[in-house]
Amino acid sequence: MTIQLMQGNEAIAMGAIAAGCRFYAGYPITPSTEVAEVMSRVLPKVGGKFIQMEDEIASMAAIIGGRVGGLKSMTATSGPGFSLMQENIGYAAMAEIPCVVVNVQRLGPSTGQPTAASQGDVMQARWGTHGDHQIIVLCPISVAQSFDLTVKAFNLSEKYRTPVILLTDEIIGHMREPIELPDFDIVEKFERLVTDTPDNYKAYRNDRGDVPALAGFGLGYRYHITGLFHDEVGFPTQRLDEIDPWLERVSRKIETADDILLYQTDYEAGARTAILSYGASARTARHATKQMRAKGEKVSLFTTQTLWPFPEKAVEELADSVDKIVVPEMNLGQLALEVERVVGRKKVVRVNRANGDMITPNMVLEAAEA
Amino acid sequence: MEKRTEIRLAGEGGQGMILAGIILAEAAAIYDGKQATQTQSYGPEARGGASRSEVVISDVEIDHPEVLSADVVVALSQEAYQKFAKTVHSGGLLIVDEDHVAVRADFAGVKVPIARIAQEATGKPITANTVALGVLVGMTGMVSKEALEKAVIARAPKGTEEMNRKALAAGFAAAGGRKAAA
Repeated sequence: MTIQLMQGNEAIAMGAIAAGCRFYAGYPITPSTEVAEVMSRVLPKVGGKFIQMEDEIASMAAIIGGRVGGLKSMTATSGPGFSLMQENIGYAAMAEIPCVVVNVQRLGPSTGQPTAASQGDVMQARWGTHGDHQIIVLCPISVAQSFDLTVKAFNLSEKYRTPVILLTDEIIGHMREPIELPDFDIVEKFERLVTDTPDNYKAYRNDRGDVPALAGFGLGYRYHITGLFHDEVGFPTQRLDEIDPWLERVSRKIETADDILLYQTDYEAGARTAILSYGASARTARHATKQMRAKGEKVSLFTTQTLWPFPEKAVEELADSVDKIVVPEMNLGQLALEVERVVGRKKVVRVNRANGDMITPNMVLEAAEA
Repeated sequence: MEKRTEIRLAGEGGQGMILAGIILAEAAAIYDGKQATQTQSYGPEARGGASRSEVVISDVEIDHPEVLSADVVVALSQEAYQKFAKTVHSGGLLIVDEDHVAVRADFAGVKVPIARIAQEATGKPITANTVALGVLVGMTGMVSKEALEKAVIARAPKGTEEMNRKALAAGFAAAGGRKAAA
């Protein structure tokens, strides 16, 4: 293995290849374009397909089709494109089609500031598509983690038959850092095998665990795919005794999973203050934490890679031991809303910046020491 | 706290300052075995406009990846000088291209005719970014000269290796006896 200097976006593309992604459809947009560039170069060499689509609505539809056809699929975009993808992300959630959607966040709303960083899509990643649904959202804090979490995104997506959003930002996406890529052959890849014969296969059966296997189209397995509520074979239904079991199963499969919540705790005994962050801002949070400790001040650090579902039990435990949780994020307060829901507003101190510049360690220090 | 060195390289878009930052970070991370991050900021245009590249070098894991208080600023254009000269801390090093930057009366940095040296050494003003790296590393030793040369050559397009070696050597020579702590 050799050390290379690589951008976060490039590491995402390499992670996708390592995870077994063989279909990419996208519409390039700053600051996510490097993902498409690398995929367009590398995918054909490993027997995959790259398509540049006419827009992001079509891109999202194409990767759903790619996975239904049997290939692990991904697209990458940024704010304006992510907005356009929302309808089909809901379709993928409803039809339970695994896929990975990368959103390299830039300043918004609207066209905003293409080359400026932001963490403004935290709530959109959770609730951007209409209707109650479950979704997994992962957020890397480094180039190395951009690779690792992309692999994880594919594996979770396959394991739970759900779209997974890799929510990174312009800082981590464009930043170059040293990384040692592993041998792709030994990277863990989740594959769910179809054990039913075509005769008794049901794409949406509720009676054999929470995640029925998805058979590739054209292989002799017959099922229907729709964005409507459907029965176990996939045909539209209005029967409550078919809607309720489906709804319960797709909620349960994500809510009760024990391998989706990824976070790091760095607790210090006796600390009454904690800093909780994610993505680029977590780098700043770690910087401020070390500065405080160097001055002899006690502080705990909580860095989360899984934004949704929110690791509420772990955050609850954190809150039990401290008086104050500082939440730095490059938006006007989004994940802070979730922290406040879990621990109450009194304990939460927000540190926000939404003008394209990074939060500085001093901004975090001032809030933590106040 | 970690000992970190922060460098800001600034010029006009198209002058290769972002690439210079990448090369410097590669010299540190790949060839000198240190930790490094490289970030950049640029406008929507492909050429022109102010462009800057930031490099942080450290012996330990780097947290905040951007420059907080620059140890070194290199400015190749007037706009870059006006924008970033004040971001170097007192005791830091400010290097400007003296042919392209009119400095203020209280200027306390180092003036080097970087683009002119590039023109004289290689006949190509486009090698100014390599010259700038030679001056920067020649003066500060923040990475080894050997590491920098390897990083420059690894990034040089085929057929331009010798030209880049010449540009780098000219940069080292221009740094000459001038030494600065960084």
